[in-house]
Amino acid sequence: MSNDVPTELKYTKSHEWIRVEEDGLATIGITDHAQELLGDLVFVELPEVGAELGAGAECAVVESVKAASDVYSPLSGEVIEVNETLAEAPETINEDAYQAGWIFRLRLSDPAELDALMDADSYAEHAESEEH
Amino acid sequence: MDRKTILNQTHRDMGARMVPFGGWDMPVHYGSQIEEHHAVRRDAGMFDVCHMTVVDLHGAGVRDFLGRLLANDVAKLKVAGKALYSCMLNPDGGVIDDLIVYFLRDDWFRMVVNAATTEKDLAWIAQQAGDFDVRVEARHDLGMIAVQGPNARAKAAALLPDGLRDAAMALKPFSAAHDGAWFVGRTGYTGEDGFEIIVPKDQTVALWNGLAGAGVQPCGLGARDTLRLEAGMNLYGADMDEAQSPLASGLAWTVALEPGTRDFIGRSALEKQVTAGNLPTFGGLVLQGRGVLRSHQKLFDGDREVGEITSGGFSPTLERSIAMARIEPGAGSALEVDIRGRRLPVARVKLPFARNGKVVVELDGI
Repeated sequence: MSNDVPTELKYTKSHEWIRVEEDGLATIGITDHAQELLGDLVFVELPEVGAELGAGAECAVVESVKAASDVYSPLSGEVIEVNETLAEAPETINEDAYQAGWIFRLRLSDPAELDALMDADSYAEHAESEEH
Repeated sequence: MDRKTILNQTHRDMGARMVPFGGWDMPVHYGSQIEEHHAVRRDAGMFDVCHMTVVDLHGAGVRDFLGRLLANDVAKLKVAGKALYSCMLNPDGGVIDDLIVYFLRDDWFRMVVNAATTEKDLAWIAQQAGDFDVRVEARHDLGMIAVQGPNARAKAAALLPDGLRDAAMALKPFSAAHDGAWFVGRTGYTGEDGFEIIVPKDQTVALWNGLAGAGVQPCGLGARDTLRLEAGMNLYGADMDEAQSPLASGLAWTVALEPGTRDFIGRSALEKQVTAGNLPTFGGLVLQGRGVLRSHQKLFDGDREVGEITSGGFSPTLERSIAMARIEPGAGSALEVDIRGRRLPVARVKLPFARNGKVVVELDGI
């Protein structure tokens, strides 16, 4: 699975991915590795639009048939948009974690925080090390 | 280091995600737990249950011994091959384990007990067997595969030995046939028709592969849990344990208080509970709205805490979140559950939720 980590994204140790879009907003989801660990997703509790999040704050919950797992905001900022389709179809994350399965978009209050995130290689290594 | 069943490498070769369970390294799913669940409700699935333990009891005193050991009454077993579900209680009426016992001969009964409780079960049985003419043998030389679903028996038939096939296919529910070391019970833990097949350990992998070849879906512990939850079947360690009486766990139907002369272990404690009254009720819940019910979530009637979920999850058949719960006798019918600090309404329903491929609770208005 480590082969499938998109190189254009940034990552956290807690298995979120971050895509900085052309408009400067950051799109955030959980990685394919994370969804695979969780199994079939059956519920996503989304953040509220307008919420101000600090880096590392609990902001969403993804629940699979197995367990509930917190999603942490990798960066500080304001929630601009959430993926409402996940309310009806949480399995979208299982099917397409990096595109259709995005969870929320953030207007960053401190873009310098991006430098602290992992690149694809570091994340792949991290995910691999947790497997064993 | 978790123990491995004889099928461990086979699971890995089939792409299973493995997890620790009761001291064993077991498959939780082979890709999609929900698809495995549907395969059992609609067609046929199979489970590695080699981690459970077959315990044979031999001797002239075996029927008397089981009359003392078990809360259900083996005197109900009059025809060879018939099975009975029972709890094994401690003197306080708490549940040491739940099990299935088969009557095979006047001097031979067979029990199947849970994996995580095997050692304490065997110690308890040995301790209680002292005064009886009975010999206890844990059959670590056997493997076990559960084949479940509407098409399970038909798909398994060709894999059974010639000498056993006709007898197995003629079995009524909750009874078993055997030939040599092969043993087939028309039993299970899913709410579907099917077999539990006990085989010599060294033939287990061949049986598994044969069933896979016959189109039986390999299923992990994840689907096993959602299937038994929908079927309203208790899980030891979650829905009852040594601190809980069967009378407080929806298992009163498995306790044989008649005849009053049968002095089974735990009897006097249960009689006191019946006399005292005020026992909690045990029943089903359906979440109204979105979220997932999980064990240990608390239930409220207004501001008053009135109970706790003992096991819960997402039901693939109902496409709703369901649970089993222990609830105070005086609680109302409109309850709320606390999920991460939020209160959501739950409807109380009669168990089970689903059986034989169909939803059996009324979901209109929930």
